[in-house]
Amino acid sequence: MKYLPFILRNLKRKKTRTILTIGSIAVALFLFGLLVTIETALNAGVDVAGVDRLVVRNRISLIQPLPLSYQQRLLQIPHVTRVTHASWFGGVYQDERNFFPQFAIDTNTYHDVFSEFLIPDDQWQAFVADREGAVAGRSLAEKYGWHIGDRIPIRGTIFQGTWEFNIRAIYDGTSGEADESQFWFHYDYLDERRAWGEGLVGWYTVQVDDPDHAVEVAAAIDDRFANSAWETTTETEKAFAAGFAKQIGNIRLIVLSIGAVVLFTLLLVTGSAMATAVRERVPELGVLKTLGFRDGTVLGLVLAESVLIALVGGGIGVGLAKLFTLRGDPTGGMLPIFYLGPDEMALGLGLALAVGLLAGAIPAITAMRLRIVDALRRV
Amino acid sequence: MAIPISYNVRSVAARWATALVSVLGIAGTVGVFLAMLAMAKGFQATLISSGSTDNAIIMRAGADSEMTSAINLEQVRIIGDSPEIARSDDGTPLVSPEVVVIGAFPLASTGTDANVQVRGVSETVLDVRPSVKITEGRFFTPGLAELVVGRNAVSTYRGFELGSTIRIGGQDWPVVGVFSTGGSAFDSEVWCDANLLNQVFSRPDGIFQSVTARMVSPDQLDALKDRLTADPRLTVDVTGEQAYYAKQSQMVSTLIRVLGFLVAMVMAVGAIFGALNTMYSAVAARAREIATMRALGFGGGLVMMSFVLESLLIALVGGAIGCLAVLPLNGFTAGTMNWQTFSHLAFAFKVTPGMMFGGLVFATIMGVVGGLLPAFRAARMPVATALREL
Repeated sequence: MKYLPFILRNLKRKKTRTILTIGSIAVALFLFGLLVTIETALNAGVDVAGVDRLVVRNRISLIQPLPLSYQQRLLQIPHVTRVTHASWFGGVYQDERNFFPQFAIDTNTYHDVFSEFLIPDDQWQAFVADREGAVAGRSLAEKYGWHIGDRIPIRGTIFQGTWEFNIRAIYDGTSGEADESQFWFHYDYLDERRAWGEGLVGWYTVQVDDPDHAVEVAAAIDDRFANSAWETTTETEKAFAAGFAKQIGNIRLIVLSIGAVVLFTLLLVTGSAMATAVRERVPELGVLKTLGFRDGTVLGLVLAESVLIALVGGGIGVGLAKLFTLRGDPTGGMLPIFYLGPDEMALGLGLALAVGLLAGAIPAITAMRLRIVDALRRV
Repeated sequence: MAIPISYNVRSVAARWATALVSVLGIAGTVGVFLAMLAMAKGFQATLISSGSTDNAIIMRAGADSEMTSAINLEQVRIIGDSPEIARSDDGTPLVSPEVVVIGAFPLASTGTDANVQVRGVSETVLDVRPSVKITEGRFFTPGLAELVVGRNAVSTYRGFELGSTIRIGGQDWPVVGVFSTGGSAFDSEVWCDANLLNQVFSRPDGIFQSVTARMVSPDQLDALKDRLTADPRLTVDVTGEQAYYAKQSQMVSTLIRVLGFLVAMVMAVGAIFGALNTMYSAVAARAREIATMRALGFGGGLVMMSFVLESLLIALVGGAIGCLAVLPLNGFTAGTMNWQTFSHLAFAFKVTPGMMFGGLVFATIMGVVGGLLPAFRAARMPVATALREL
């Protein structure tokens, strides 16, 4: 610690260079934060999926429905504790660009199965009591300025006509990664008004008593309905979400490649700045050594300088990235979960530290090996 | 007399290590920028090439995609009677009523399920879409449970080869042919007989989701639109096929563009920092040289121009490397989910000359911005003090 003023003095000597180097690292870490956020958004749902929940869908595809009668039959399967269902509505609010998912849900069971969504009890009761009631996620409600009691018209694209809903409840997620952009309403309301597809639901979510039984239950469900008119595919919620994310394709790979390019470039920039700094100071380092500073101390001093630059830059970059994600989804609804978690932020700082160490290593070792005679000769 | 450019070239060569850092920074930025653009462009081109200006697509009024539309047989007949629609030699109107369902099949790359569009078509489809070419095997026989598979679907999914059997909706369908439309979205689809598909999926008989009609000429679109929307027996929307597919590409290509620009802009700031750093150390290291030049009579403006040129040189080399690095991506096939149709779509990256020119312009801007301030410092350097350091 006693060398800190000395290190700071050295950094202040070439202010422009120090600021620029800090700037490059900040930019790179900002980008890193952004890419991690985008990656999380594209993998949305995988991390928050419940381990004790299974998704049962029509074997042909998620688009094909399943009969409502399956609810009772699913409950008879051993280890199944709760069964709920949801159906995709696919409506448009005001304009086609305003995309958010709307689900027609089973109001008796949905909240029990998805208990991670927080809804005040009185609001939930009001929702259940109102046939045209609806629940909106917090971020969705904020985006369109909806309040409890508002009447929201939604134009059906699958089920024709304009459907009106009363906002009765607003839910919050328990973690920052929760999707707060959903819109739920009564399945009964959908079923009685729609012109076709009565008695059919989109998919079931089944809760099992113990996550260890998940695989076994999934197989039992698919066996049960094999060779029927409505065959099923059952998978854990995590596998379901992961499968969905994989359909987005090679984007993960692309994001990772960009990240690698950026970090490599950044390493070069910091490394070259540090090398220049050491090269300019060779005579001084010689003087330090003459005065009796040990090789290890000189190594430490140069390394500390580089690590300090990297950490300050990294802190700024990660902080800016966090601020940016707080502003919300830049694409307007396509990435509902736009969140930079503390783990990712720590990872970013760790990366900055690693970059500082690596970039400082070669100049620091050069400085350590410097022979006093050679160094002083250049004075 | 201006300072010769060879001076800059040699200076860059003399301090190649620091220059290389700037070059790589700019190359990386331009490369990422172009790769994102190529991806968005490729995705868009794939969908736009699916539509033909000769065709109109007719769906139920208010439907935003085929998935949410319905048209019955009677309506198909009424549409077919319109004089704007072309006819085959034997007088049959060139309309193709189609049904689209989605099936989940394992991807060849990961083994996880992805959604495939299974399109039920009628025999007229080959006349309505002349771009469809059967490359292997034959077209399906109407009334038989047979499939023809798009070229990209064959490579994207497991077990879609000619001669294999695919299970859809509780029935086995042999693959009898492979078709190609030259890289459009149809190449990711599977086609079969529309009526049969309705039966197998227990959809109501004689209900289709869309009608694609070939018009006598592209300029008939408005006339057809007016006629069909005015007809009291129909409640339909008429869209040019190309416009319909362009709109389908909007969501994903916007996403890629927004993210691409965001990433490229941030990287550009980083690259400019790198360039500034390089140029500032260049100016500092060459203080004596600069002072000597000034003493020899080169003006401040000339010195400044010389340094901006040097920065520009570095940036352009970086930009060119970035462009070249992206070039192999041209034609690289990637797949992603198209949210608007809820199905997986294979597309090829598309690098265009205009895009590469844009990349070079981008590099130029970074070079000028990164060189201006250091050049200014060089020009303002007091000659006497700099020379005294000799």
